[in-house]
Amino acid sequence: MSDMKNYENISSDMFRFVQMDASIHDKKLETKSRGYFADAFLRFKKNKSSLVAGIIILFLLLFAIFSPIISTYSVKDKDPVYVSFPPYVRSLAESGWEGFSGTTTRSSQNENSMAYWKAIATETGKDPVLGIIDSTTTYVQYRGQQKANISYTIKMNRFHEVGNLYRVFSYETFEDIQRWQDETGLQVIYPYVESKDIQNLTDNPNIWYKISDVKGTPVYDKDGNFIPVYSRNKAIEGAPYHSLRIEGDDGSYIYSSKKSGAVQCRVNYYNYYTYTHGREPMFLMGTNSMGQDLFSSIGTGARFSIIFAICVSAINLTIGAVYGAIQGYYGGKIDLILDRISDILSGIPFIVATTLFQLHLSQRVGVVPSFLFAYVLTGWIGMAALTRKQFYRFKGQEFVLAARTLGASDWRLMFKHIFPNSLGTIITRVALIIPGVISTETQLTYLGIINLSDLAGTSIGTLMSQGQVAMTTAPHAMFFPALFVSLLLISFNLFGNGLRDAFNPSMRGVDD
Amino acid sequence: MTKYIIQRLLLMIMTVIIITCICFVLIRMLPPAELPLNDIHTKVIEARREAQGYNKPYMVQFGIFLKNVFTRFDWGVSDKLYFGQDVATIFLSKLPATVFVNLYSILLSIPLGIGFGIVAALKRNTWVDYTISTLTMVVISTPSFVFAFLIQYFLSYKLGLFPFLMNAGTDYMSWGMFVSMLPVILSLSFSVIANFTRTTRAELCEVLTSEFMLLARTKGLTKAQATVRHAFRNCMVVVVPAILGEFIGIMSGSLVIEKIFAVPGVGGLYLNSITARDYPLFLMVSCFYTIVGLLAGIVIDISYGFIDPRIRMGSKK
Repeated sequence: MSDMKNYENISSDMFRFVQMDASIHDKKLETKSRGYFADAFLRFKKNKSSLVAGIIILFLLLFAIFSPIISTYSVKDKDPVYVSFPPYVRSLAESGWEGFSGTTTRSSQNENSMAYWKAIATETGKDPVLGIIDSTTTYVQYRGQQKANISYTIKMNRFHEVGNLYRVFSYETFEDIQRWQDETGLQVIYPYVESKDIQNLTDNPNIWYKISDVKGTPVYDKDGNFIPVYSRNKAIEGAPYHSLRIEGDDGSYIYSSKKSGAVQCRVNYYNYYTYTHGREPMFLMGTNSMGQDLFSSIGTGARFSIIFAICVSAINLTIGAVYGAIQGYYGGKIDLILDRISDILSGIPFIVATTLFQLHLSQRVGVVPSFLFAYVLTGWIGMAALTRKQFYRFKGQEFVLAARTLGASDWRLMFKHIFPNSLGTIITRVALIIPGVISTETQLTYLGIINLSDLAGTSIGTLMSQGQVAMTTAPHAMFFPALFVSLLLISFNLFGNGLRDAFNPSMRGVDD
Repeated sequence: MTKYIIQRLLLMIMTVIIITCICFVLIRMLPPAELPLNDIHTKVIEARREAQGYNKPYMVQFGIFLKNVFTRFDWGVSDKLYFGQDVATIFLSKLPATVFVNLYSILLSIPLGIGFGIVAALKRNTWVDYTISTLTMVVISTPSFVFAFLIQYFLSYKLGLFPFLMNAGTDYMSWGMFVSMLPVILSLSFSVIANFTRTTRAELCEVLTSEFMLLARTKGLTKAQATVRHAFRNCMVVVVPAILGEFIGIMSGSLVIEKIFAVPGVGGLYLNSITARDYPLFLMVSCFYTIVGLLAGIVIDISYGFIDPRIRMGSKK
């Protein structure tokens, strides 16, 4: 009886191993053992579509990382003239890549406008007309005579069609441009034209030839050439000019006019752009309606989206896992109460939560943190439900009972023994949360409810809403951001599905 | 079953009231819109604000608000966007556009979605199935406004089949209105069709491989008979609640698509109320969205019980 009372303090030397000297007859496994993750990876490799999706994701990530670095533009560069212009890279365009020639199609161009384009080509040496696609001739009765009206459809280079513009410079800048002209041999400043010589037109710096009416009908000389009307009026000259002169100039043309303390010039915008930026315009994906380079803007926006999505999913996963673990592990009343709370939270529409957070917090903590809170408010619920289910599945199993018998604490049981078993499900979840976050973020920035421009520069949604402004004339500004975000989301979803099939082979082909 | 429904409804009402209370307090905590000095409505709005208990404790305000809503359906007066007008009236005038557009889109989506799903399941693991499944996957992943842009650019602009934006009038039954709604309907339908297709295919695939199908074939039914009588019925257990849920959800519509096509509906109203900071309007539409979302969930759950006796949750008690 006495040793029965003493059962709590049995000294260790009273124990001995039963099978200490028994030999094990099992054969050692000869094949290499393979863990859960290695197995999943093998299965994942077999899934071709997910592999391709993975490669596309990698490519898009690299694009997001490197495009703002490679590009010579940043989202802050907003050109006032090259707005909604199609992709243009001169070297690629010259080697025959149609897509990079900055081309647009213009229809119903009459003789006057054709002459106008030809005048730009003659003066600047950059022909805006790339080719005539189609021409239709209509005959009209005009003062008793039949008159042919020819209407052309032409392909134009939008960068060259800008031609010359009026710009006002200080005297120093004027000198500097002249110095730059001498160095590079590129003509930026063209001779000045007085409006009295061109039918008092003041808003058209591209007319340098004699015209007979305000519609711009040109008057040709006997050889069919334009008659230049450059000003020789030294009285209005703004500053002395001593740089490159255009062909046919005997030194008497003036290149600027007086403008209270400054000079006004006709500048060739293409060369002027080269002067101000140190290089020719080069837009791999064109520009949007704000005059931003799309190539670097998409990268900048995507960077933010991806980092944000990763942050959101990390936070939500942590909260969801802990919450779901507590729910599933303890069960009973705690489960019921926590379930009610998550039920109520999940009833709040996401858009309402976002807006309220914006209204209340964006002034105090900034737009992005309050946006993040909105995601965190309800985003973890799905994860919690998932973890809860896994915990209910595992908590009654023998290995958990064994660990409990050995004295493991609740926390250790939850996160050391049960949680790793649901890791596969959780990894899958991450791959599916990220596209969800990117998608809603894009929608909200598109709608303008969230404006990330201060912090992130821009975002894909903002780019799309800017693209929509000029959708009919510049579809590329819509197309590239949309393509990027669609590719990203599709690949993330495919990738996530592949992961799910790899981790839970029993779920193959079932979509949840 | 009745007990279960009542239980769910009561829970829903509780949830709605809690969420409304949170939204309400959060909105009332913001400074109310400044009123112009020399406007005839200003006095009226100030009087109504006084009656609504501005300056009193928030819970008192909330009590007054609930009383007004339940007794007179009075949601307050718009103080920015539609200056001096009743919020509920404005809201109800915007609702039909959203409902019509979404209703048409669902009516289009149900046959197409279920049809594609059935075809994919019956031709399982052939190129037909792969094509349909891949397309479904792509459509579900792509944000709906990408389709909206494609439709607007190609169908409305390039081909000129439809007007660019939806007509603004209220003659929802006229032909011109219907044509102007078509791009909206199409853009909305893409994701709904894909959802139906995916649900139907997954469910039908599972049913087709189950053992009672084998039994049906062994007792002498042809494949067609077995499929129609046994497989379809069982697969509808999942599909019908999904359809019902969509029907409830049609009222909330899609903010993005309504903006792109300028639909004069609830989504546009909501966006405008946010940008203009018209809080009474914002509160009402928020409550509306909450109720619609919760209602859809409940209808799905309850309809399961009606359709499939195996899942009558309340009956156990």
